[in-house]
Amino acid sequence: MAGQRRSAVDRSANSDLAAAFEDGSAYIPYLAVGDPSYERSKAYVEALARGGADIIELGLPFSEPIAEGPTIQNAIVRALEGGMSPELFFQFVEELDVDVPLVCMTYYNLIYQYGRTAGDGPGPEAFVEKAASAGISGFVVPDLPAEEADPLRAACDEHGLDLIFIVAPTTEGDRLERMMQRVSGYVYVQARLGTTGARSDVSDQTTASLDRLADYDLPKAVGFGISGGKQAERIVANGADGIIVGSALVDIVADGVENDEPTEAVADRLETLSRELKAGAQRGYEARQANVDAK
Amino acid sequence: MSTDGKFGDYGGQYVPEALMPAIEELTEAYEQYVLENKDGFMDEFRERLADFGGRPTPLQRADRLSERYDLDIYLKREDLLHGGAHKLNNALGQVLLAKYMGKERIIAETGAGQHGTATAMAAAHLDMPCTIYMGERDINRQRPNVFRMKLNGSEVKPVTTGRGTLKEAISETMRDWATTVETTHYVIGSVVGPHPFPVMVRDFQSVISEEAREQTIEKTGSLPDSVIACAGGGSNTMGSFAKFVDDESVSLYAVEAGGSSLRVDEDAGVAPNSASLSTGNEGVLHGARTKLLQDTAGQIMESHSVSSGLDYAGVGPELAYLVDTDRVTPVTVDDDAALEGFHRLSQTEGIIPALETAHAFGYLEEHHEELSGTVVVNVSGRGDKDLETVIEETDARDVPNAPDMSMFSGGGM
Repeated sequence: MAGQRRSAVDRSANSDLAAAFEDGSAYIPYLAVGDPSYERSKAYVEALARGGADIIELGLPFSEPIAEGPTIQNAIVRALEGGMSPELFFQFVEELDVDVPLVCMTYYNLIYQYGRTAGDGPGPEAFVEKAASAGISGFVVPDLPAEEADPLRAACDEHGLDLIFIVAPTTEGDRLERMMQRVSGYVYVQARLGTTGARSDVSDQTTASLDRLADYDLPKAVGFGISGGKQAERIVANGADGIIVGSALVDIVADGVENDEPTEAVADRLETLSRELKAGAQRGYEARQANVDAK
Repeated sequence: MSTDGKFGDYGGQYVPEALMPAIEELTEAYEQYVLENKDGFMDEFRERLADFGGRPTPLQRADRLSERYDLDIYLKREDLLHGGAHKLNNALGQVLLAKYMGKERIIAETGAGQHGTATAMAAAHLDMPCTIYMGERDINRQRPNVFRMKLNGSEVKPVTTGRGTLKEAISETMRDWATTVETTHYVIGSVVGPHPFPVMVRDFQSVISEEAREQTIEKTGSLPDSVIACAGGGSNTMGSFAKFVDDESVSLYAVEAGGSSLRVDEDAGVAPNSASLSTGNEGVLHGARTKLLQDTAGQIMESHSVSSGLDYAGVGPELAYLVDTDRVTPVTVDDDAALEGFHRLSQTEGIIPALETAHAFGYLEEHHEELSGTVVVNVSGRGDKDLETVIEETDARDVPNAPDMSMFSGGGM
């Protein structure tokens, strides 16, 4: 890391998320917890870890996922129909046998309502406390912009958890600054406008976003639309510190449901794609280093 | 009234990051064009509302209902606005604003189809390409409205996720907007969503209460004692109340759809009503903190009402605030009483109301003894769009004041 750096506010939060970026090419997969059932989902998440995941984003399904494309919407419907709830989500996290930091990705209403369930009245504190004790390291909340995030940020600081924000292609100037004052762990760089979903190209918007973030001293992970090793390689070679992959993995789960495949077969495919993505990210990092050395 | 987007703790801007710049751009446009009349925006809006929309709408004394209830009942005839409902006030305002902002394309959601048809009319009138998202189930329930949108040149995209009703259509429109935000304006159909939508839609709709207030004073010499309006998302409600909020002597009643029951079925995730003001609790949906129908975990419930225009699990944040501060009284009317109200207004006043509007007349029948003096009821829309539903629903239950249904029963039509 060279050049002039602007540091985000020091949260000295939780060291696992930063540590996950040490090799310069973090692989961060996403699955909706409970898709298509509690037990299968557990086997799938464990397969991601075997496939080389450095962090795993666990989706806690919300009934109105406005930032998701059709693939993840359908996964969320399957998970909700399978009975997934915040309580079961925490049980799932506690039972999970993986040695990888876990990030909870969900919508604000579930975080906000948990306090009511816990008897505290609505607010994020009870959810964050429970998540911390279950073993969650941080949160991504797609419908919570920096402007509304102070209560959750405060609760995260109290329990030593990270709060990750999504930087969109349209995020710049004051908005970017406001967000960078509140972010910790890593920055989720949204590769293009729109919703989640697997695609095969690399957007110019990604490079522009990475350039805008170059001065900030926090790992940048690019997500939205990454589906294969080649793409992962190009994105990391272009300056990303990691890649986030959701829909391409959820597609495998959906295929498994559609073709009635056994759990192990689906888990194997998830592990195989994970290895490909991680290897692609690593090649991208090597290419970037070679480029730096050449200069 | 607040312009910072918060009503007490309600309101705010809970939207994906990709939409925030558009929301900021819209907030600035709202402040300049709507609040400050930049470039004569509001003058053009008023002129088009008059020439294209047919404003002002009349305030009519309902003689037979007044006699029936021993009250002085006045009807604010929004059913006579072009398109047959109050929805045009907002749709015309927002499509015109999009033009002033230099946007090239309009998107909108619709439930019953009233907002969709109003937006399609406004888009055709102002020459803007327009795409309307509508739940598949609603498309099947509201075929004439779908055809009207297509006649006006709009594209209608079916939404198949979830139960295929209004809340899924809103989510899907937000997704389109997240992709096309740089060129596209989202014309939201009610006083819901992130700031500035709740205040902007209220301001476009408040022409209802501005006229009704003047007309009541002109006709009776004083302010009304009560104003009654039905409430789903709350746009005709806020439109009817806005200019009366500061008149403390005027009681404001928001009539929600009680559906078949006010109880919720937590296991099924269904609330067989749409009474978020009366029975909901605080949460975050579609960009705003407001009162919602949700289960204990915070998952949004499927609402239900015989009137698809009231069928929404949330409500405008300003209404939630006005209820919490006791300025607005939320009340409910069930499906049966709404149907009776539909038939009663048709028979006694020669006005066939929308099923949404019929809830207000259901309330009048059940609670007229608690009211006194002059009562203004907003006739938010006309009932032509609901005739098939009314035939079906009247036939399926025992509605005491319905006409002889024998020639329409059992699929005979």
